[in-house]
Amino acid sequence: MNEEELKAKASALRDKLDKEAREGGYILNPDADMTGFLCEGLVRNIERYGYMACPCRLASGKRAEDLDIICPCDYRDPDLDEYGACFCALYVDSDIAAGRKEARSVPERRPDEKERAAARAPAGASSPEKSAPARGAGGMKVWRCKVCGYLCARPEPPLKCPVCKADKDRFEEFTF
Amino acid sequence: MRMAKKVKVYALSTCGWCRKTVEWLKKNDIKAEVIYTDKIEDPSEKERVTAEAKAKAGKLTFPTVVVCDANDECVITGYDPAAMEEKLLK
Repeated sequence: MNEEELKAKASALRDKLDKEAREGGYILNPDADMTGFLCEGLVRNIERYGYMACPCRLASGKRAEDLDIICPCDYRDPDLDEYGACFCALYVDSDIAAGRKEARSVPERRPDEKERAAARAPAGASSPEKSAPARGAGGMKVWRCKVCGYLCARPEPPLKCPVCKADKDRFEEFTF
Repeated sequence: MRMAKKVKVYALSTCGWCRKTVEWLKKNDIKAEVIYTDKIEDPSEKERVTAEAKAKAGKLTFPTVVVCDANDECVITGYDPAAMEEKLLK
């Protein structure tokens, strides 16, 4: 991919993410330089790994191991709540967007590799007290989007989260 | 006169805060060894560098800036101009 192609793809991605953010109640960082650079990083990562891995974290190249850092990552919302910006500062809160507060580098909250591997292990493997899966009307499974918390009762998760546009594999079965 | 300090930055070529860190160092005329971890092609070298960065910061996070002088080593995580100023300009 040459520089011109990269810029064009990054600009198109920026527009798409901006539209999706607005629709879902999120805000893409209005700092065009920062957002443009991060979108170029996302385009590069799509090309390198085949998925939109976080530009500010080192991807393994294995989608199943990197699900938590596919943008928008599992840590975006807690970081927005606590710091007003995600780890990369691609997404910010209204104070930062309006210039009332400055976006700052936030501490990494992604657990380390061992903890992530344990969390990916089948439920019950590490905790004997397995929680009960939630059931909707007629015994329907309940799915939770790990990115934004959206819940729905249906046989399978949706292809994309209607709120944050995360892919189907970012959903987990909701348990009590 | 400032004491010569060795500065090493573990970075990612796609990370915005890493870019800001490298720009800050350039702007302040500070020579640094910048390692773009995502660009290392050899898997064992990538693993070695990643383990090194993790050992310095206690966790894998980018950017990780390591400032060394004769008797001190300081690690700064994230883009932290105030900490870099304190360690490198004073």
